Amino acid sequence: MLQDAENILEVSDLDVTFGGTPVLHRIGFSMRRGERVAIVGQSGSGKSTAIGAILRLLPGSGRITHGSIILGAGRTRGGVEDLATATEPVMRSIRGQRVGLVPQDPMSNLNPAMKIGPQVADALVASRRDLGAEGKLDRGEVKRRAVALLTEAGIPDAERRYGQYPHEFSGGMRQRVLIAIALAGEPELLIADEPTSALDVTVQRQILNHLQSLVDARGTSLLFITHDLGLAADRTDRIIVMSEGRIVEVGTPRQILLDPQEEYTRQLVAAAPSVAAALDADPLAETPAARSEPILVVRNLVKEFALRGQRGGTVRAVNDVSFQVERGTTTAVVGESGSGKTTVARIILGLESASSGEALIDGASLTTTRGAQRRALRRTVQPVFQDPYGSLDPTYSIERLIDEPLRIFGVGDRESRRERVAELLDQVALPRGVAQRRPNELSGGQRQRVAIARALALEPELLICDEAVSALDVLVQDQILTLLADLQDRLGLTYLFITHDLSVVRQIAHDVVVMRSGDVVESGTVDEVFNRPRADYTKELLGAIPGAAFAA
Amino acid sequence: MGRYLLTRLWQSVVTLVLASLVVFIGVRQLPGDPALAMAGEEATPEQLAAVRADMGLDQPLVTQYLAFVRNTFSGDFGESTRTGTPVTELIATTLPVTLWLSAYAIVVAIVIGILFGVIAERFRGRWPEWVANAFALVGLSVPNFWLGILAILYLAVTLGWFPASGYVDVLSDPLRGLYYLTLPALILGTGLAAVIMRQTRASMIETMTTDYVRTARAKGLGRGRVLVRYGLRNSLIVVVTIVGLQLGGLISGAVVTERIFALPGFGKLTLDAVFTRDYPVIQAVVLIITVSYILINLAVDILYSVVNPKIRVGGAN
Repeated sequence: MLQDAENILEVSDLDVTFGGTPVLHRIGFSMRRGERVAIVGQSGSGKSTAIGAILRLLPGSGRITHGSIILGAGRTRGGVEDLATATEPVMRSIRGQRVGLVPQDPMSNLNPAMKIGPQVADALVASRRDLGAEGKLDRGEVKRRAVALLTEAGIPDAERRYGQYPHEFSGGMRQRVLIAIALAGEPELLIADEPTSALDVTVQRQILNHLQSLVDARGTSLLFITHDLGLAADRTDRIIVMSEGRIVEVGTPRQILLDPQEEYTRQLVAAAPSVAAALDADPLAETPAARSEPILVVRNLVKEFALRGQRGGTVRAVNDVSFQVERGTTTAVVGESGSGKTTVARIILGLESASSGEALIDGASLTTTRGAQRRALRRTVQPVFQDPYGSLDPTYSIERLIDEPLRIFGVGDRESRRERVAELLDQVALPRGVAQRRPNELSGGQRQRVAIARALALEPELLICDEAVSALDVLVQDQILTLLADLQDRLGLTYLFITHDLSVVRQIAHDVVVMRSGDVVESGTVDEVFNRPRADYTKELLGAIPGAAFAA
Repeated sequence: MGRYLLTRLWQSVVTLVLASLVVFIGVRQLPGDPALAMAGEEATPEQLAAVRADMGLDQPLVTQYLAFVRNTFSGDFGESTRTGTPVTELIATTLPVTLWLSAYAIVVAIVIGILFGVIAERFRGRWPEWVANAFALVGLSVPNFWLGILAILYLAVTLGWFPASGYVDVLSDPLRGLYYLTLPALILGTGLAAVIMRQTRASMIETMTTDYVRTARAKGLGRGRVLVRYGLRNSLIVVVTIVGLQLGGLISGAVVTERIFALPGFGKLTLDAVFTRDYPVIQAVVLIITVSYILINLAVDILYSVVNPKIRVGGAN
């Protein structure tokens, strides 16, 4: 059955359908023992379906209709199995014990109604190995082992945290718990499905380093699923590029990044922000020659939030932040979660009031102006939010979504508004026909275009983009960034770009403000900050960008 | 948690005061005169006045209300204007019947509801789900009294499995007591069971497709364990809320059910009191029903925080 005894996994001619619609087309690849392989692709490429098939946990109507998934014999236990046809009881003995899974989103993959410890213990109990004599569970032993696993996964004070619920953990800590769960059965093959894409870069690096050391120490084979080519290149020996349910190209990271054979791979490499940021010696064309007067001035901004339950206790989310943005340029505010970057954006938008200091747009502040002046100011500044799924009302048509600001401000009549919507759709390169459709009929990238069109409806001068591209696939992200740059050229827009992703900064921004725990750590032009970072934190952030190694 | 409880208790007291006012005024707005009911149609105006004075009905409303509140706090609900029996005694004999019936019905409803709900989810699109769904439809749409009559006709009279009516004190003879209450509890619990079943099914369908359920299966856990520890446990959060909202309906349902099975319970006492304008009894009965509503809601809120750890810790912060 197995072509090569040295292989731990051989997938051949695999077809998967969902309700009769083919999703995977004759997928074939193999993994050697101890090898680290990455599957890279955008959403919809079939990479998650592939792991669903391997674990036989395909959602809903998903079925394997052709091909085989041969799992090599275990070193200590279990023979060769074809996972495509194995029965459910056999699969149960394989999941967790021979094939482990570190799932994607740490927020949704832990049972919210169950303490952390028992969730790890469940994984131990399922593997049922040396936990007391003859099928009898030794509860103390299970707990001791679970605590050891949590400690090993990098959870401090695991004994105490054993009894805590998932919502008491940060995203990074939850991901560590999930790693502990995946390793509980000591599997020889570990599948990591975008294990860190929901986390900040520095946390991402810590966790991946940790995961790698654990995997290396055990000699575990790692199948790493990611959309980030840079990450794949940094972390694995071999990269499989997938698109639309097919394998496009397979090669070493060096081959894929520096000498891609297929057109699709070339696009992917060019668009990968991390790689592009590292490879791109020539960043954005220099700032418009004539540096004009600032449109946005943020001066000594402070925001304190009262702590719940502690009278008089406050936490300073934004601490004495100052910067300014010149007309027609892009300034990026970069930081990890908790850095205060979003609070700054909310204060500028007038959604939050400052404890002290001010944020002036054309010399006026949204939080202090009233009436007509405030309305006029509102038209000058518009937001584009992160989640193109959450920020568009699903019951509205696209036309209604885009002309909503026009209706609110009473601009034009029905006919002229329809004209304007068509014009805006042209500007964001969407076919006019989408006007009558609903958000759920559009892709993520298209939705974000709609959000941009809506923001542009009132002809604002300043757009506040809060993580506007972080929910999108790299190719789409690249397209949206290009669109934004194009709109800036044509309409002279000014952007304040809030992001956690330094690699995006290089692609779009002229100036950058690096924030951490409410403080501005460093600010300057992109060139200065990227090439001659002064603050250690900035250096750390830059170092954490995956794919940086290939810059040299 | 302590602070949360205190707030809830305080709210309960306010609700109670308002409820007592509404009851007091409401009862006095009912058409019909209790003095007339008591003294009889042929009573002279003098006799009527004497009866009124005796019952305190000639006093101003405010005085009557204050007397009512004072007496209530000392545990004295007065005497039935119809029979002269102390109201507390009437309640002491009838309330346990209704409490046993309701508790039994709740247990029946929860067991049947959750079981059918889980079955419906587990066998989606196959016959067990259709059976469960049909049960829910019947439970929700067929009125209690009709179901009750059918049950008496077939299960009691024709098949003779259960007694058609009657009550045996549960405490003095638990087995026979529960046996006599089984049919009424089944009938009373049907509606609630149907609601619980639908809710369980709906939230199970949702939780069983969540990421953490998939992760639990990826651990190599068996279906049953995943179903109970990961699926059901999270589904219960929603179910508890719904059950709490529905419990109130159980009390009014008990009135009807007791009537059908001729149980000497609270429902019967209520109906009799309303028909004879027995002010003290009505006041006491409605007050007790109000208190039980409040207690049930309080219990549900507490239970909710037990099932959902996020609320528990949120309260402690």
